[in-house]
Amino acid sequence: MELYNGPLDTKEIFGRWLDEQAESNYGAYIPFVGTIRAEDDIEALSFDIYKPVLQQWFDAWQEKAKALGAVVKMAHSIGDVPVHTSSYVSAVFSPKRRVALELIDEFVEDFKANAPIWKYDVKNGERIYAADRSTPMCGSGLLA
Amino acid sequence: MIKVEFLGPIGKAPMEMEAATLADVSAKLKEDSTLTQWLDKCAVALNDTMVNDLSTALKDGDRVSILPPVCGG
Repeated sequence: MELYNGPLDTKEIFGRWLDEQAESNYGAYIPFVGTIRAEDDIEALSFDIYKPVLQQWFDAWQEKAKALGAVVKMAHSIGDVPVHTSSYVSAVFSPKRRVALELIDEFVEDFKANAPIWKYDVKNGERIYAADRSTPMCGSGLLA
Repeated sequence: MIKVEFLGPIGKAPMEMEAATLADVSAKLKEDSTLTQWLDKCAVALNDTMVNDLSTALKDGDRVSILPPVCGG
């Protein structure tokens, strides 16, 4: 898992991951890129991350992938990420395509629902929590 | 004493309190009107591990994190 301040250098990350696994005999490599769209007059999105819980979430996914003979990777931005740049990349390597296609779907969807990352719109230099696009994590409401 | 920290957009300074279980933490946090809008949609971690049981016992020095709704990517 890789965390960076500001936008991701997606080509460097994907190229490096590909090089790292060049001799691993994986038949499928499926990358996913999340790019900031220009909408609602935003200048950027901004992100807070709680790394200790994110690392545990990611470690659990690595174990799940390993049991299927696959590898999951991810990188995410902290702080401001301007429109038309990327804040999130992930990938799955697996011996055959079916496992990687299914895992990238599950991994990205669970990431959206349970990775401890908070998103803000940046408008006129102000950070506004994206409350209406955010999802309560599994187990929410315990203290209510 | 245990410490309660509020992550992401909650924007509230950490609190210290006496609490034997997470139910005690719940009772104390419910007294704070600034948290009313948050508690029903927040998840909870104890020393950075997610927890789901109000009867979870706490010990001196424990750290409880309150995690509001997320949206990565």
